[in-house]
Amino acid sequence: MSIKLEHINYVYSEGTAYEKHALKDVSLEIPHGEFVGIIGHTGSGKSTLIQHLNGLIKATSGALYYNGENIYGENYNLRELRNQVGLVFQYPEHQLFEVNVLQDVCFGPKNQGLSPEECEKRAREALQLVGLKEKYYDHSPFDLSGGQKRRAAIAGVLAMRPKVLVLDEPTAGLDPKGRDEILDQIAYLHEKADMTVILVSHSMEDIAKYVDRIIVMNKGSVMFNDVPKKVFAHYKELESVGLAAPQVTYIMHALKEKGMDVPTDATTIEEAADGIMKALKKERAAK
Amino acid sequence: MIRDITIGQYYPADSRIHKLDPRVKIVCTLLYLISLFTFKSILGYVLATVFLFGCIKLSKVPFKFIVRGLKPIVILLLITVGFNLFLTPGGETLVHVGFIKITEYGLSTAVYMAIRLIYLIMGSSLMTLTTTPNSLTDGLEKLLNPLNKLHVPVHEISMMMSIALRFIPILLEETDKIMKAQIARGADMESGNLIQKAKAMIPILVPLFVSAFRRANDLAMAMEARCYRGGDGRTKMKPLIYKSTDHVAYLITILYVVAAFVVGRYVPFKLWIF
Repeated sequence: MSIKLEHINYVYSEGTAYEKHALKDVSLEIPHGEFVGIIGHTGSGKSTLIQHLNGLIKATSGALYYNGENIYGENYNLRELRNQVGLVFQYPEHQLFEVNVLQDVCFGPKNQGLSPEECEKRAREALQLVGLKEKYYDHSPFDLSGGQKRRAAIAGVLAMRPKVLVLDEPTAGLDPKGRDEILDQIAYLHEKADMTVILVSHSMEDIAKYVDRIIVMNKGSVMFNDVPKKVFAHYKELESVGLAAPQVTYIMHALKEKGMDVPTDATTIEEAADGIMKALKKERAAK
Repeated sequence: MIRDITIGQYYPADSRIHKLDPRVKIVCTLLYLISLFTFKSILGYVLATVFLFGCIKLSKVPFKFIVRGLKPIVILLLITVGFNLFLTPGGETLVHVGFIKITEYGLSTAVYMAIRLIYLIMGSSLMTLTTTPNSLTDGLEKLLNPLNKLHVPVHEISMMMSIALRFIPILLEETDKIMKAQIARGADMESGNLIQKAKAMIPILVPLFVSAFRRANDLAMAMEARCYRGGDGRTKMKPLIYKSTDHVAYLITILYVVAAFVVGRYVPFKLWIF
């Protein structure tokens, strides 16, 4: 279930005054079961990139392999690909349209040609996964709160039981609590449902905690592609492209400069706290 | 797709035409369009061609952008040419096969009609390509200002127009996004019969309308928050004032119109003309 991109280039509005080279020679491989974060400044090409993953946008040049098959091949079934690679757009709540939540979530499975009973089963399952209470199932999706709408919309993609889940800034515009809940649920899904998850964000803090690997996009190219610790080690370069490492990275580096023996590659607050405690104990023991 | 419509699509460039006062461009385009229908000799067409292509050259807009605007009227053009070609009586008969009959007059009318229509679209496309929708409505508002005396709400109309124009690209983008989101959820918009296709539009239209209303509501709120209360006593940050180049542009256009009118009508340069 791997996704492999080979030298993907994409140019918007080719041959017009608004021509824009959005992706430049992007080559990536995302193996099955990985939790990948894609990070980049606004306009770095991350949203364009993920729309390639399920064939919504066709690359101007280059090739994309899903399970070893070239999706730009002549007889490739793009609809089948879209069943496998679920894409949750930015502000997905703007795509809700049905009379009630349950039916909206059923839209995906229905398009897959499943029976009404099976659709409903999957929809309920998906709604449960995102943690939307049952009393809302027969509400109009437009009557829900922002966070609930977001959950319903994500459930709409989950109900299709994708093998790969791609989320474009799923936490944009949510409060800290809603953000953490949604990210936790995504992490849970990744573990329990054996899904490959690709999470797009512009906040390092958001994803540092969850992902196995970070892909940093800058001006349409891949800038870094490594485990979080190694990516954050380049925090000065990240800053130069308008991104930032998690705050703990800065604290740890500052402490190290002051002469404290702490690991500078901590990415989460827990890790950092651990490192500081150890260093303090060591200092005390030395005294 | 929907992006092919040139009208309302500004082409950013730094040219003399771009810098003209929108009023000049509106009035001159109108004059030009009217002039197209006055001449009766080929010299008039020559003049119109020189004028149009001169303006296009000055505007620095690539020619293919201006031609792109013609795509939507191809069918109309074909029908017009067809009707004129086959149904105009008079003059020598050139072709006569069965019930198809092409006369000399028919041929010349068809050709000239086609040229007129093409120049009409090219002329107005040139105006919209070189003027931002906002300055266009500004120009219209100023031009129609005298109607205020007749209690026509000129300012409100032009405000509505500029808002409507502003919303076109926003809603296009929104449509694109919603369409993609639904396709990602497996929506099928191509196959099926007409009714199925119409039904397939629901998942796009409902969110689109919801978002249009939401945006309209937000905009109204934002305008009120900035104390918008209609046109009475409202001043402009950048009032339209004619500059010398604008006067020159008027002069050139008027010269062209007079020349086209006189030459097209009174110079006896006949070459199969009706």
